[in-house]
Amino acid sequence: MSDIASGGAPPSIPSITDRVRAIALGAAVTSVYFLGDRACFVGAEESVALVDAEGQIERITVHGGGILCAASDGSRVVMGGDDGKLVAVDGKGEVTQLAVDAKRRWIDNVALHGDGAIAWSVGKAAFVRSGKNEDKSFEVPSTVGGLAFAPKGLRLAIAHYGGVTLWFPNMAANGEFLEWAGSHLGVTFSPDNKFLVTAMHEPAMHGWRLADNRHMRMSGYPGRVKSMAWSAGGKFLATSGADTVIMWPFASKDGPMGKEPAMLAPLQARVTAVACHPKQNILAAGYGDGTILMVRMEDGGELLVRRNGTPAIAALAWNTKGTLLAFSDEEGAAGLLAI
Amino acid sequence: MAEASKIPVTVLTGYLGAGKTTLLNRILSENHGKKYAVIVNEFGEIGIDNDLIIGADEEVFEMNNGCVCCTVRGDLVRILDGLMKRKGKFDAIIVETTGLADPAPVAQTFFVDEDVQKNARLDAVVTVADAKWLADRLKDAPEAKNQIAFADVIVLNKTDLVSKPELTEVEARIRGINPYAKLHRTERCKVELSDVLERGAFDLDRILEIEPDFLEAGDEHDHDHDHDHHHHDHDHHHQHDHGHGLKHYHDEDMQSLSLRSDKPLDPTKFMPWLQNLVATEGQKILRSKGILAFDGDDDRYVFQGVHMMLEGDHQRKWKDGEPRESRLVFIGRELPEQTIRDGFERCFAS
Repeated sequence: MSDIASGGAPPSIPSITDRVRAIALGAAVTSVYFLGDRACFVGAEESVALVDAEGQIERITVHGGGILCAASDGSRVVMGGDDGKLVAVDGKGEVTQLAVDAKRRWIDNVALHGDGAIAWSVGKAAFVRSGKNEDKSFEVPSTVGGLAFAPKGLRLAIAHYGGVTLWFPNMAANGEFLEWAGSHLGVTFSPDNKFLVTAMHEPAMHGWRLADNRHMRMSGYPGRVKSMAWSAGGKFLATSGADTVIMWPFASKDGPMGKEPAMLAPLQARVTAVACHPKQNILAAGYGDGTILMVRMEDGGELLVRRNGTPAIAALAWNTKGTLLAFSDEEGAAGLLAI
Repeated sequence: MAEASKIPVTVLTGYLGAGKTTLLNRILSENHGKKYAVIVNEFGEIGIDNDLIIGADEEVFEMNNGCVCCTVRGDLVRILDGLMKRKGKFDAIIVETTGLADPAPVAQTFFVDEDVQKNARLDAVVTVADAKWLADRLKDAPEAKNQIAFADVIVLNKTDLVSKPELTEVEARIRGINPYAKLHRTERCKVELSDVLERGAFDLDRILEIEPDFLEAGDEHDHDHDHDHHHHDHDHHHQHDHGHGLKHYHDEDMQSLSLRSDKPLDPTKFMPWLQNLVATEGQKILRSKGILAFDGDDDRYVFQGVHMMLEGDHQRKWKDGEPRESRLVFIGRELPEQTIRDGFERCFAS
């Protein structure tokens, strides 16, 4: 820590900042996804910005208010808003309204399945629309904190206060309840379908091995974990919330049980966003001071993508080929990097 | 972010039927040029069209730290996070609680949640009380008592429905529990908005003095209604804690306790004592507040707390001629008065 000069990244980090195409979006951004060759920057309210590799910006209005949640399957970005609407935008910029809450309640969470199914939540109710356009709903005891589809089968994890409910929308039975005290706000399945991990309201994560529901406590964060990303092949789960990227090992059958996480890319700022390269053992990490580093997982080797001195990095994503990295800080100072 | 640029949040409480919705409608309809986001527990009661009215579920969550009184409003964490996406579209937030709600989890949300703290600040807890029925509710509804004890501002409403002696009686009941809140008598919640909004009651920089509220002080700004019957026979501001012509009640169950000394405090004794006090008695202590004179310290130290949660900081230099005096106030249920007094006296610098 002490050898990091304040106000700048360590001089030892090689910089590729000159290869970044800066993009001024001019409005707050909360997340980014790739739709083909265009990056879709999701605004904090009302619109998305589709940006091509040349930096051309197409702004598209999607909501009549705040955009509360977003998810993408690579062919569309689906968003829920405080206008009670669930809306999709595709790579051509075409907007489709998928659902409207009759009472204009907030749509707090959304998740997409590779086969076309969509899940969203309004208060305590989770909804699933399968690929066949059939809507089903399920109510959990408290407001839904996060949604995730299992990689196999139509199974939805619904995070809420006190644990996670696993629901098979095509089966009549009640959901399976995985209990753990506290409020669960984010949820993700490991790509091999063996583990379920939640980010909690308190600065900790919790995990279950799904074969036997054994608990995995993943704590010690100074701040809440808001960004999680599985490495290519699912060997690691990279997380924000500390002043290093915390990497939990999931390669063995026990997952991180009894193991220490790896800590990469320490800076004197909190990690706010992580994105793993889709093919290689590389990740991008964004920090609370605006820094972005590209990090090799094997040895922690770092490249400086963006300098500090701005608001926190809010959005970070790779395209599916792993040739483009898109990012933005909270206020819309964005960029694209071609690798 | 500087405190001043954070969005102020006013918590509006009050027992069923006291007039919370009336006050809310008044705030929203008055021509003040400000836009409020309102978090309500029931849709439909507000007669004003506003796309920033959000329904809440009052989900009270225990924190995972084994402390039963460390509760937060989970829904509020989520809603404030969502509202911040529309920063710039509103000037302030009002959280209306249900009539049976305990204000503590709302307040505690602002003490424990990092994201909430980053963008918003708790401004004040405003309790609307029904002049006709409050005395009864204080007997049979612990929630009503909590709301009075917790308040920074009390809007004593429906004063037109009671006689003068009844009004005196209910005010004395309120003062028996919480002599520190600003009290405003109203009919149909007609109160100056500046008396309920932007109070800065949780702002450490604005803890100026800790004195019981005298009605005259509260009425100075209050030109809307006649107050010839409000005057009591006294003309001073620096006596304390006694009747001032009001009846004096001691509430059996909920009280306030005030400590004061001009002997400098030893911070190495006082801080551990205070932390231990709220750790052991925090369930009983609803609110605490203090201005402290530490030995050899030219700055005033101020603190405030809700149950077991405390925050404190140096505030400013003691002014020339300002008596370097420490004052502390605790409002709570069955406070162990003698233990607290004895403990405080052991914190003087030797």
